[in-house]
Amino acid sequence: MTATATLSPALTDTVLTRFARRRLAAFAVPLAILAYLAYAAIAFDLAGLAGRARMDNAAVLLADFWQHKTHVTRDNRSGALRVAIDGEAKGVYPADRLPEWIATQDDATRIDLGQGHVVTYDAQGARYDVPGYGLIDIRPQDGRLRLTAPEPLPDWISASANRVSVTTPAGRFAYTRSKVETFRYEPGWALFFFTLDSPFHYMSWPEIAASALWGPRVTPDLPNIAAMARDFWTNPMWRHGDVIWAMFETVLMAFLGTFGAAILALPLAFMAARNMMPLGALRFGLRRVFDFIRGVDGLIWTIVLARAFGPGPMTGALAILLTDTGSFGKMFSEALENIDEKQVEGIRSTGAGAVQRARFGVIPQVTPVLLSQVLYFLESNTRGATVIGAIVGGGIGLLLTQAIQTQKDWEDVAYYMVLIVLMVMAMDSFSGWLRRRLIKG
Amino acid sequence: MVDLTPGAAHRDAYLELARRRRMYGGLLLVIFVAMMAAGFRLAESRNAGGFVDGLPMVLAFPSEVLAEAWQKRANLPGLLAEHLPSLVETLNIAAVSTLIGGLAAMGLALLSTRGLARWPRLTGLFRRLMDALRAVPEIVVALVLIYILGGGPVPAVIAISLHTAGALGKLFSEVAENADLKPVEGLASVGAGWGQQVGLGVLPQVAPNWLSYALMRFEINLRASAILGFVGSGGIGYDLKLAMQWGMGRYDEVVAIFALLFVAIVAIDRLSDQARSRLVRG
Repeated sequence: MTATATLSPALTDTVLTRFARRRLAAFAVPLAILAYLAYAAIAFDLAGLAGRARMDNAAVLLADFWQHKTHVTRDNRSGALRVAIDGEAKGVYPADRLPEWIATQDDATRIDLGQGHVVTYDAQGARYDVPGYGLIDIRPQDGRLRLTAPEPLPDWISASANRVSVTTPAGRFAYTRSKVETFRYEPGWALFFFTLDSPFHYMSWPEIAASALWGPRVTPDLPNIAAMARDFWTNPMWRHGDVIWAMFETVLMAFLGTFGAAILALPLAFMAARNMMPLGALRFGLRRVFDFIRGVDGLIWTIVLARAFGPGPMTGALAILLTDTGSFGKMFSEALENIDEKQVEGIRSTGAGAVQRARFGVIPQVTPVLLSQVLYFLESNTRGATVIGAIVGGGIGLLLTQAIQTQKDWEDVAYYMVLIVLMVMAMDSFSGWLRRRLIKG
Repeated sequence: MVDLTPGAAHRDAYLELARRRRMYGGLLLVIFVAMMAAGFRLAESRNAGGFVDGLPMVLAFPSEVLAEAWQKRANLPGLLAEHLPSLVETLNIAAVSTLIGGLAAMGLALLSTRGLARWPRLTGLFRRLMDALRAVPEIVVALVLIYILGGGPVPAVIAISLHTAGALGKLFSEVAENADLKPVEGLASVGAGWGQQVGLGVLPQVAPNWLSYALMRFEINLRASAILGFVGSGGIGYDLKLAMQWGMGRYDEVVAIFALLFVAIVAIDRLSDQARSRLVRG
């Protein structure tokens, strides 16, 4: 109690009011945040969101991310069988090289869906043997489909006179008068390395390694390893060549934009720094220019530049360059104002001119600061270049938006996402490494 | 007594060193300039329009837009009022995602800071998690979520929050690493739990810096939410896209939206600049 006794009443009062204020704040701040979030939840119509959300889309998307489906289709009029990955023309199996889970004999085709599920197409119609349920038998008769299956029909079978479809965990099956189709789902990205027209698709990994090293030439005009590289690079399903180009374009946009902006901003920053530029009016004008460029924002610059230069990576690079010139101009001129004047003084005392003072007195001091800012921007611009690419139409951002807009190539979307994350992480560690090297050394 | 005047040999060695350094520096500069030039030409060759052809056109579009808006200047106040709710929505997206992302970042930062972590063995895991969150561009998450949730502000909020959690988490944990641990020890010695140690020992130390980083992030998120709107996720960016798609005849609307966005960005920048300098200088 001795301590309180020595406090003057006025001090005790202020301490107590501060305590009270703190205690109030400890409740008021979280309460204010909660109130704001509640307002936002109403403003964003969070309650209505549950109704609008398409969970079936989410399921399709998540499944497509990591698995592919093979369509086994028979044209009921001509009897022709077509086996294609994702139903695409690029993924059609040659008739003599069907996957081993399809067995054909005369007119009959037997499709093994795994887990005991077997689908058979034959001249009479088609049958689907579902383990634990029974045989689903479909025969066209007088222009209608006649379905024979254990009654009552479960809800995963939908049947009408013109169409019967069955959905099981093993796959999907649909019969219409014109065609019968079975989807078999398999994990993994199909045809990632080689498509079906490449001879290497039909080899196992050890065989590929062997043929790359010493095997006989598969295509007469190219060594095997070059043929592999060509088949991989020009893979029509995944378009690896185009994707790598797009990634390169994205990095190029970030690189050109960031360093171009740095080069442009450095002299401007000298002119806008209080201790370098005696002319107040010019200084003030430049500062407002920087503010204007930053305020207009990259989005609007991107739109304006895209109108003038058309879509492509140069437009993206210029948009980054312009936006960052504003940021760099501001940051660089602040760094220049914070330098230690003693070094400049020392250089001045030897009779150096303004350029020499800047070169030997200022640049060595600010280089580490500026470089670390530039490299930090390089990393964040790599991410930004993805977004700008989506708007101006260049780089991986364009491929990503295109793949998303088709609403079915989700495995491509997953592939691009993985590549973008890897690219950003690589740029992150590259710029970190460069920063450590340049600033220490 | 040591002779401090440099001998001729010393001087020669120094000059040699200086010359070599200058040569290396010059060489690096030449390589760098060559890379820039080559990269620029490559980018230009893959662009739809060339640089020289496009340069005179840069001002053509803005002047066309401004000219039309000037003719219809009477409409501007009405259009400004009409698009104000969208601007509020964009601001809300930025604020909510900064809040949610910032709260998540606080947790992640405390869990991944040496000396403070609740589960010291998992610090590495939380750091990798933040790296991954930081690396995913907002647009990727937003576009995928638009497919599932439909358009509107929620996909943008989720996308920006995730990114903010990663980006702020890293900055927060750097601040927390430099915090003085003595108050924590003191609190631990009187039997405070982890929550109390962090809440009373660490948060008061780091709060100014954390708040300043969060404000900076708010500026960034405001721009990001405008851009995400442009690719289809609510707010003023979406209005801008619609007005742009319409093209001629709706340029007064474009100008109104530009003006709103510009004023909002500049105002937020100014306010947060002032608040940050007050916070950091105390």
